[in-house]
This record gives sequence, structure tokens and C-alpha cells, in this order.
Amino acid sequence: MSALAADRTAAPTSTGSTATRVLGAVALVGLAAVALFGLVISPPDAELGETIRILYMHVPTVSVAYLAFVITAVASVAYLWKRTEFWDLLAASSAEVGVVFFALTIFNGMMWGKVTWGVFWRWEPRLVTTTVLFLTYIGYLVVRSIPTEPRTRGTVSAVIGIMAVVNIPITHKAVDWWRGLHQSRTVLGTVDPEMQGSQLFTTYLSLTAFMVLFAWLLVHRFRLAWLGERAAEQGLEAALADRRAEGQTSGSAGPAGGGATA
Amino acid sequence: MGRTLRDAALLAAKDLRLERRAKVALGQMLPFALLVLLLFAFALDPDRGVLERATSGLFWVTVLFTAVLAVQRAFAVEVDDGVLDALRLSGIAPAAVFLGKVGALVVELVVLEVVLGLGVAVLYDARLEGWGLLAVVAAAATVGIAAAGASYGLLAARLRQGSSLLPLLLLPLLAPVLIAATRGSDVALGRETGSGWPWAALLGVFAVAYLVLGTVLFRPLLEET
Repeated sequence: MSALAADRTAAPTSTGSTATRVLGAVALVGLAAVALFGLVISPPDAELGETIRILYMHVPTVSVAYLAFVITAVASVAYLWKRTEFWDLLAASSAEVGVVFFALTIFNGMMWGKVTWGVFWRWEPRLVTTTVLFLTYIGYLVVRSIPTEPRTRGTVSAVIGIMAVVNIPITHKAVDWWRGLHQSRTVLGTVDPEMQGSQLFTTYLSLTAFMVLFAWLLVHRFRLAWLGERAAEQGLEAALADRRAEGQTSGSAGPAGGGATA
Repeated sequence: MGRTLRDAALLAAKDLRLERRAKVALGQMLPFALLVLLLFAFALDPDRGVLERATSGLFWVTVLFTAVLAVQRAFAVEVDDGVLDALRLSGIAPAAVFLGKVGALVVELVVLEVVLGLGVAVLYDARLEGWGLLAVVAAAATVGIAAAGASYGLLAARLRQGSSLLPLLLLPLLAPVLIAATRGSDVALGRETGSGWPWAALLGVFAVAYLVLGTVLFRPLLEET
């Protein structure tokens, strides 16, 4: 971020740069390739038929979401240690992108369910775990949105980020033991190592493409957050300058009117 | 280490003394918990054995909701009179403040669970067996709820609108505790087959994890101005 501030004499007005353009282009090409392989080239599965195609989106979205929350947790620890804005904004941006990918995961899980089971929802381990964790991180985002002093907000979010990530494996285990007994193993959420060549290839291709997409989104979201902080600072300084100017003009009216510098 | 534990015991005793005088837990939370038990009976047909089958789940859901109230109360007493600042300046280790809160919450929750247990035995006609497993499951779950609750309670106390956020923040975190405690209790009550000890172990892991996390993270939470 110091490069951004040092290279430009005027404040940056957009979050785009060469890096994001490259990432975006690669992500676009990657996703197009995934669509091609996933929908056309790879064959339907022996057991699951055409519904296996949703796996090519489901596995990457959930993997990216977990990666995002691990990044949030690591950045949270780093923030509590170093107390720099960079780590705070990275944690928050990663969490937000992670929540989006969780929402996508739940959505495509429900779509798969509608096709396979005929209902949008079943109390199956993956869906339940993802939804609980989704709600956990919604709480994180709600806390970020409350107007608070940056340092308090940063500390509180960092604590939530760390506590929430520890809960992920515990929740997984609990839900698996709970629903795993009542449900036959579903392929949803796991990569079956006995997948055929092109199916496995498409899954890994999709993972890569979604990771690039995640990187692209993260960089943009981070820069947006950084710009937001700068805008807030400028807004504060402008407000203070206004109050001082008021104080000066009304100061000439009398001693009581000059106390307007808050 | 010894001093931290002594300070923690001191603070827990202070909280419990306050509680004995104000009687918020006895006067407000217990009736609330019993009311929730009644509401479940109104919502679910009491005659068709639904309540009996769902006893463990309803018990632990009630405990969770009441625990949120207990946590809010535990920190309201600190925030109201600027006691947080006093604690910060007193030189007491933040870990001791955390453990003190956990201790007080555990005592309050245990009392709640005993009374609720009797309530459930009477209202839902539950027979209590498997005492060993039940006690271990309840103990581990209670410590876990208290540890997570103490951390999130302070966190919510530092935020504006914090008290209305507390349920949203705390309850998803406690989801695995609810699942494990319910299943463990079901096994203890003979309602489910299989071993209940893995559930107790999971609850133990949760409790230890959040005790450790709370002990470490209480310092930055407490020291923010």
C-alpha cells in the first residue's frame, strides 16, 4: 500500500491497476475454460450423471471460502500483534469475500439438492456446517459495519476472526457425527479420488480459476477499504476545518461565540 | 500463575456476591428459562411424546438462550459503573478477569441447569439415568459456554448496539456445543444408542480451546480505550 501512496502525487481514484487487470483477464479465461470443460467436454459421472457438473463449482467455492477465512484469521493475529491498518483491512476484506463464496456454496448446494433430492434443503452435513459458519461470519461483517473507533473495531473484529476460525473444525466434526449417521455419504464437498481423468482435471482447473478470481476480488476489496479509510479521514479533516472556520467568523461576535472548535 | 488464579477467584466471588444481592439470576433468568420450557410445550404437542423425545434438545436450547442473558448481565454490571476502567487500571491480569468471569458464569449456569433439569424431569416426564456421562457432558458444555460467552460478552460490551448483537455473535459459535451436548445427553438418557463419550470429548476440546483463546485474547479486548 505504501507503493500506492508513494507513486501518485494525487490520491488514487480507482482500485484498478496492471496487477488487477492481469488477474482479471486470467480469471476470465480460466472461468471460460472451466465452463467449457465442466459443461461440455468432461463426461457425466457413472453414479451422479449430469449433476456432477455442479461439483466443478461447489468444491472451489467452498475451498476459496475456507482459504479466505484462514487469511482473515492470520491477518487478525497479525493485526493484534502489529496494529497496522494493512492487516485490519486485509482481514475484513478477506472475510467479506469469503462470505460471498459461502453464499455461493450454499446456493449451489441447494441447486444440487433440488435436482438430486427434489428439495432445496436437507439437513446434510455440508449444507448445515456451511450455513452455521456463514452466519458466524455475517456476525463479523455486522460488527465491521458499526460505526466505531478504528482501533476498537479492529481489535473486536480480530478477536472474532480468530475465535470463528477455531470453531470451523469443531463444527465440522460435530455436524458430521450428527448427520453423517443419518445420511449416506454424498459426493458434495469432497473430491472423490477415483474420479476419471477429465473430471479430475476439470475440478483442479476450476479450483485454480476460482483462486485467481478470489485474488482479484480480494485486491479490489482491499483497495476499496483502504480508499474508504482515506475518505473517512478526509471527511473528518474537512469537518474539523469547517468547525474552526465557523469559530473564527463567529469569534468576532463575542467571547461566547468563539468556542466552536470541538 | 497462582496470583492469576487467586485474582480470578476473587473476581468470581465478587460477581457471585453481587448476584446474591441483586438476585437477577434467580429473579429473572430462572423464571425465563422455565417459561421457555413452557413455551416449547405450548408449541409442540405435549401429549404425543414429542416433548419426551426432544427433551435433551429443548433443555440445551433453553440453557443457551438463558446463557446469553447471563453473559449480558455479567458485563452490564461492569460497563454500567465504569468498572471496566477500574479493572484495567487495577493491575489485575486480564487473564484473571477472564477466568473470574468464566468462574462466575459456570456457577450460575450450573445452578440453572440443575433447576432446569428438575423442571424437565417434572414437566416433560424425563427419567434421568446415566449420571456419569450426563455430568461430564454438562460440565464440559457449561465450561465451553462460559468461556465463549465471557469473551464475546466483553467484546459486545465494547461495541455500540453490542448487547443486541450478542446473540447473533455467540449462538452460531455455540452450535457445536448444542449438537454435542444434546446428543451426549440423549445417549446418557438412553434415548440414543452408541457411545456418548466422543461427544463429551468434543465438548472438552471446545471448552479447552475457548478457555485458552479467551485467556490470551482478553488482554487486547480489555485494554482498548
